[in-house]
Amino acid sequence: MSAQFMQYLLTGLTVGAIYALVALGFSIIFNASHVINFAQGEFVMIGGMTTVTLTAAGLPYLLAIPLAIAAAALVGLALEKFAVEPARGASVITLIIITIGASIFLRGLAMVIWDKRFHALKPFTGDTPIAIGGATVLPQSLWVIGVTLAIVLALSWFFGRTLLGKAMLATSHNRLAAQLVGINVRMVLFLSFGLSAALGAVAGILIAPITTTSYDVGVMLGLKGFASAILGGLGSGVGAVVGGLVLGIAETMSAGYISSAYKDAIAFVIILAVLFFMPSGLFGKRGSERV
Amino acid sequence: MLSRLAAPRTGGMLALAVVIALLPLVLSNKYFYDIAVLVGLNAIVCVGLNLLIGYAGQISLGHAGFFGAGAYGSAILASRYGWPPLAAMLATTLAVAALAFLVGRPILRLKGHYLAMATLGLGIIIFMVITTEDRFTGGPDGISVVPLSIGGFVLQGERLWYWVVGALLLLAVWLALNLIESPAGRALRALHSSEVGAEVVGINAAEHKLMVFVISAVFASIAGSLAAHYSGFVTPGKAAFLHSIELVTMVVFGGMASTFGAVVGAAVLTTLPQLLTVFEDYEMMVFGAVMMGTMIFLPRGVVPSVARLFRARRREPADHAETRR
Amino acid sequence: MKSTRAKDSFKRGLVAVAAAFTLMAGTAIAAEPIKIGSFLSVTGGAAFLGDPEQKTLELYVEKINAGGGVLGRKLELVAYDSAGDAEKARTFVKRLIEQDKVDVIVGGSTTGETMAVVPLVEAAQVPFISLAGAVVIVEPVKKWVFKTPHTDRMACEKIFIDMQSRKLSKIALISGPGGFDKSMRGQCLGVAKKYGVDVIADETYGKGDTDMTAQLTKIKNTAGVQAVLNAGFGEGPAIVTKNYRQIGISVPLYQSHGVASKEFIKLAGAAAEGVRLPAAALLVAESLPASDPQRPVVVAYKKEYESRFKSEVSTFGGHAYDGLYLVVEAMKKAGGTDKAKVRDALEGVRGFMGTAGVFNMSAGDHMGLDLSAFRMLEVKGGDWTLVK
Repeated sequence: MSAQFMQYLLTGLTVGAIYALVALGFSIIFNASHVINFAQGEFVMIGGMTTVTLTAAGLPYLLAIPLAIAAAALVGLALEKFAVEPARGASVITLIIITIGASIFLRGLAMVIWDKRFHALKPFTGDTPIAIGGATVLPQSLWVIGVTLAIVLALSWFFGRTLLGKAMLATSHNRLAAQLVGINVRMVLFLSFGLSAALGAVAGILIAPITTTSYDVGVMLGLKGFASAILGGLGSGVGAVVGGLVLGIAETMSAGYISSAYKDAIAFVIILAVLFFMPSGLFGKRGSERV
Repeated sequence: MLSRLAAPRTGGMLALAVVIALLPLVLSNKYFYDIAVLVGLNAIVCVGLNLLIGYAGQISLGHAGFFGAGAYGSAILASRYGWPPLAAMLATTLAVAALAFLVGRPILRLKGHYLAMATLGLGIIIFMVITTEDRFTGGPDGISVVPLSIGGFVLQGERLWYWVVGALLLLAVWLALNLIESPAGRALRALHSSEVGAEVVGINAAEHKLMVFVISAVFASIAGSLAAHYSGFVTPGKAAFLHSIELVTMVVFGGMASTFGAVVGAAVLTTLPQLLTVFEDYEMMVFGAVMMGTMIFLPRGVVPSVARLFRARRREPADHAETRR
Repeated sequence: MKSTRAKDSFKRGLVAVAAAFTLMAGTAIAAEPIKIGSFLSVTGGAAFLGDPEQKTLELYVEKINAGGGVLGRKLELVAYDSAGDAEKARTFVKRLIEQDKVDVIVGGSTTGETMAVVPLVEAAQVPFISLAGAVVIVEPVKKWVFKTPHTDRMACEKIFIDMQSRKLSKIALISGPGGFDKSMRGQCLGVAKKYGVDVIADETYGKGDTDMTAQLTKIKNTAGVQAVLNAGFGEGPAIVTKNYRQIGISVPLYQSHGVASKEFIKLAGAAAEGVRLPAAALLVAESLPASDPQRPVVVAYKKEYESRFKSEVSTFGGHAYDGLYLVVEAMKKAGGTDKAKVRDALEGVRGFMGTAGVFNMSAGDHMGLDLSAFRMLEVKGGDWTLVK
């Protein structure tokens, strides 16, 4: 029983860590621009697929992974430059439709560049299962959890200690005031897209050895990431991480103890219930009203 | 012609009626009629959804759930249990209205993206129930639906359906326009500009939002029932998240807070995939690019933006109340 | 847009008038190509079905035309991407029938899409060969509808027979979210009793799920499970297989014909060792004995496909090959493209050797394959091998 519980918990943590990375991407862009970027899942796909291509071409992971992350970041920057920036001042829902259009475009592009098949990526450090407290995990799961942890720490350092991070944070709190104290708000917006694209790509690369990757892998992961970001409270870094982990664990626990057919539905019921009592998510800013 | 579309109520209704009446002149075979029927059905959903998004300012990413509930309610009651289709449709509509009423109250307390998430979750839960309960719904492979018969008369064939859906669309537009012009509609618009302000002048925001939510769900449900009978087959895809996104896109594309914009959005985005087949492998890319491009260059949506352009050219003073229609 | 349409229909009218004149003049209409309509899930969740299907159709239409066509007429392929969406499939089939005026339809990658268009082809009386799996397509028999893949029920039967021979009677079922998965799950539950198989655990996973250890842990902790059967296609079964080894389940794992391609082994890696599944002989083309009558057909198709597209052959593309050649065979026999005659000829096909096996159609069987068409395969040393 407890071994079983342990297995569900570890699985939930792995899945949840990926959701958390995607959710962080949503939150960073939301903070800078109040845009919900529905193309976030596509960064996950670009990260995974680029790494697949580069390693197939013979590049070692140490080279392929940074390149893939850079590629995704470039796409993120391009998205901001050519799709979001020209539409500055448009209503929030118009921006949502633009990012949905962008995600369809990117998926279509991936289909043409690569193909429609599933691709596997070799695990970073073998695939001999490791036993922990009666449960077994793949070494890749530890990579997922470990890297996510490292990224969360790095981000909190970035936002708390560096000038650029503080500028980004300031912009999210009050754009006008930030501009008045001399922060280049446009640049912050631009960089936030690059940063969250890079985070998405990391998620995509980490998960590919476990789940395989394909041109439309971003659809479901994007959706779950969005759900996590909302559950945790939009714009809150802690919220995104907690939201992701809660969602991941809720899914696996429901699959294990209640019903595997309804595990996603149960997860969404939980989110609805949380929102009913906490309309701004677990860690969201209270009283901020935006439509 | 497009400026007429944005012109006063009667003018717009008349223009729409004329388009519906004359369209068959260019519909040279059943395939074109089929597309026209699909446009009509989507337009009915969008006219309802536009009341919610455009006028009440409440986003919903779950309306395909109501559409699917309508389609499956009719399918199950009429095809599995042999109810008369109209009775099945009525019962389903009432059930969906009740569902929207019950969940609407807590959900509509949420704002902005949180509301988007909640409606999205609601839609996904409906979708999952439909896919999983295959004893009733036939699961992911779908279920056949009997044709729509009223008394002894069977409604079949694209041409007949075209006129029925055309008439229903006119009715839906008429209802929506009347609602917008009514005191309730003015209250709604007040809501959109400032909910707090509206509350202060004595508008019961929660009641109004709930009413529009239920109305838009009913529109979607009826269109779903009709679509099921028309197609003779329904799959869970109609209740899926992506369909919800499609519906919202149609509304925004055509022009938020413009009833005729919703119709135009439905027409363009329903026919576009048929035109894009020539691009073969690049179809998806082109579709995404068209979506992005339109929203970047016409951020207010096609109909309001074009209407504004026309007005500017005629050097008429821009009238906000008019563009809102 | 409207004006283009009007122009289109005007042009079409002219063409029709011109065609009528040629007919009256009694001149041969040999130049008129035979139109083969198709709608496939080339994109979307079922793209791994639709993609090889479309490639196969394009490849062989080209090949047949290079060889002089059929009955002295060229073939013309009109294909649309229905993206796994039943509504789209319906609209495209209307387009194929009304606008493109095709002679036959070969397509429909998924059961949902196929079933959505059945009423249309029945009403329009166009011969239609579906490439989808479920048994409902041909049971009850529909006058104008045929199909080439084995049914999911046959897959269940083949697997259960193999289990019987290994004395495995208590099994667990784990299935995915798609139509294929659900339909196969239902069929397996339906015929299990007949083969003395007891399904004592029944789990499912969702679309895009990244991990199935929770479901598998539940199965692992169900006492008495002697084998596990995974009904599913796409990336799901690969993840199931990996998780299966990860949590150390040691009883035999069976997959369905839904993952019958080399790709599955690539995706699942070493975890795929020992997995069994029923599939057409195509997957083991080269290791078939020379005496096997199916060998020439499958070896030739495999070579053509792999040399043209530089990717591994799958049985799905094979279904499209079978569909296309069944149509060609029927047209030759009917001596033309008269729809009723082609339909009758299709129903009369006997002993046709396709990639999926020998087709023996009849008025009561619009698929025409029997269990002998399935081979039981096992992954050994990173490749499919025939189970003796």
